[in-house]
Amino acid sequence: MIAFFIKRLFQAIIVMFVISLISFSIQDNLGDPLREMVGQSVSEAERQALRDEMGLNDPFLIQYGRFLGNVLQGDLGTSYFFKEPALEVILKKMPATLELVFGATIIIVLFSVPLGVYSAIKPFSWFSRVVMGVSIVGISVPVFLTAIGLIYLFAIELGWMPSYGRGDTVDMFWGWDSGLFTLDGLHHLILPSFTLASIMLPLFIRLIRSEMMEVLQSEYVKFAWAKGLHSRRIYFLHALKNTMLPVITVGGVQIGTMVAYTILTETVFQWPGMGFLFLEAVNRVDTPLIVAYLIVVGAVFVVTNTIVDLIYGLVNPTVKLAGK
Amino acid sequence: MALLEVKNLEVSFGLRSGEVKALRNISFNLDRGERLGLVGESGAGKSVLGFSILNLISRPGRISAGEIWFDGQNLANLSAEGIRAIRGNRISMIFQDPMMTLNPVLTIGQQMVECLQAHRKISFDAAKTIAVQKLKQVYIPSPETRFDQYPHELSGGMRQRIVIAIALLLDPDIIIADEPTTALDVTIQAEIMELMVELCERNNVALILITHDLGVVSQATQKTIVMYAGRIIEQGPTKEIINDAQHPYTQGLMNALPQMAIPGQRLNQIRGAMPPLQRIPTGCAFNPRCDYAEEACKRELPTFTRSGNCQVACHMVAAMRKAEQTQEGV
Ligand SMILES: Nc1ncnc2c1ncn2[C@@H]1O[C@H](COP(=O)(O)OP(=O)(O)OP(=O)(O)O)[C@@H](O)[C@H]1O
Ligand SMILES: [Mg+2]
Repeated sequence: MIAFFIKRLFQAIIVMFVISLISFSIQDNLGDPLREMVGQSVSEAERQALRDEMGLNDPFLIQYGRFLGNVLQGDLGTSYFFKEPALEVILKKMPATLELVFGATIIIVLFSVPLGVYSAIKPFSWFSRVVMGVSIVGISVPVFLTAIGLIYLFAIELGWMPSYGRGDTVDMFWGWDSGLFTLDGLHHLILPSFTLASIMLPLFIRLIRSEMMEVLQSEYVKFAWAKGLHSRRIYFLHALKNTMLPVITVGGVQIGTMVAYTILTETVFQWPGMGFLFLEAVNRVDTPLIVAYLIVVGAVFVVTNTIVDLIYGLVNPTVKLAGK
Repeated sequence: MALLEVKNLEVSFGLRSGEVKALRNISFNLDRGERLGLVGESGAGKSVLGFSILNLISRPGRISAGEIWFDGQNLANLSAEGIRAIRGNRISMIFQDPMMTLNPVLTIGQQMVECLQAHRKISFDAAKTIAVQKLKQVYIPSPETRFDQYPHELSGGMRQRIVIAIALLLDPDIIIADEPTTALDVTIQAEIMELMVELCERNNVALILITHDLGVVSQATQKTIVMYAGRIIEQGPTKEIINDAQHPYTQGLMNALPQMAIPGQRLNQIRGAMPPLQRIPTGCAFNPRCDYAEEACKRELPTFTRSGNCQVACHMVAAMRKAEQTQEGV
């Protein structure tokens, strides 16, 4: 267990190090912070003095070291636009994004497992063929098209769903709020969640189907049939458990990447999350905010991967976390 | 009446290139407690035959003709639930590679108890008692500990013992073992084979032993079936077949045995290879590889001739027996 954590920690440090390096280069190259801070009237000499004072003329490594030191203390700079610490601005928006990812994950699990399993068990049935056909199309439809289609149908034509925003939220701890505990909030969550889920859903259905089909050909499944077990037990215990092992690994990584995919979804639905904020920050060249976003998303990615590895270790007896 | 009676069994695979028959006209009997060896080169159809007895041939394969009589039922066209109740209960199987046979994510105990519970109304504790007792029967040390372990925690030989224990769980009438020792370390092959014979003998279980190895057959079985390209070409008491094989193919298999070889010389392999199912020659399927093949062998499928207590499908053997009979008649 300890070895596992040390290994994970080491990986996490490397990933975060790379992200910080990238973030820093962006900060270094994206626009001139002085232009944002001072007016046109300031002379070139005064600018140079300011640069020296801020350390902007120091060698790259020294600047980076200073940046890293600040990051480690949780100081990602001050947002030019909000005039608040960038990290706080981002973190305040995190619940909205996480809820969106959460909603999409639930939808993906709810749909991909039964559909993938069914189409593996009955590959020749018409329903499986339809599922496979739709999923092929689904992979190639861009997100914003899905979003617009859903909004048009369910918000405008049918009027069942709100088309933008997060709805009512309740206050939680650390200044966070949540829409999961109000009917209105949940109502608002549905369309964005389906949109975000639509990116991964076809992929997951196909992944589960192909894994399951492979497992069904295995010797231990044949042996399970030869033992006279009921088909239910063979499909949903013997085969499914082995199918889900690789799917959990791939799935975990994909959920991590989904945080990044929220940018498009949040923008279309004007969902007040990190992605929406990030796009605004890019438009305003609000560098500290951009950097803060990258680092936070990187951290989320590392954390989800670690959790996924832990779960994998718990489900798969051949991986020994505890070294018992 | 025989315990198991297979009549004119035919198994076909619907492939893209057309339908091929992996088994043709398979007929044999198995008595209670009898041990039957099933031999032949790779691709002869031994495994297909073993699986088809429990109707375990999956798409694109199917039993396309014939009957499999067991306990007054024809297993070839039993309902799904009917055949399920036989599998693992009255007739059980042992597979080749114990590394692949057990489910890696379930404990040994789970995989034993589920089998008992699939066929009997039985509590977990009662099932566990039986399972542990069977583990003892196959000489698994500290069976209670093993019960809670996962397959990967055990060696190959140990796993095959567990598979054997699973096959014995419900005191079956027949065990079908498909090359049960091939994947094991040579040092424990004999040990596992002896264990199987011992347990079958003690529990009066009939055994269908699929193997490449005529040596194993001669030690472990009373009856032998030799298969070639999906057909039985010779069957009879093991002693007779081992001591006095009639079919040139069986003779070839015997000569290829390491025990038969002169030290330092290459083994006497039969020349050529078994044809794929799509290209089985007309007449006797073995004729292109046979040293005695004549015109008739290329044209006509040989029928079974009685020779001692054996059945042999060979034109040459038929001609010889006929000559003997006319001589006796004179
Ligand atoms: N699922 C399948 N689809 C198509 N053909 C198959 C299938 N399973 C078996 N066959 C064919 O049936 C024939 C007999 O195969 P089988 O596995 O019974 O041989 P075997 O005698 O057990 O050989 P081995 O000693 O290598 O195990 C082979 O020609 C094989 O190609
Ligand atoms: Mg085989």
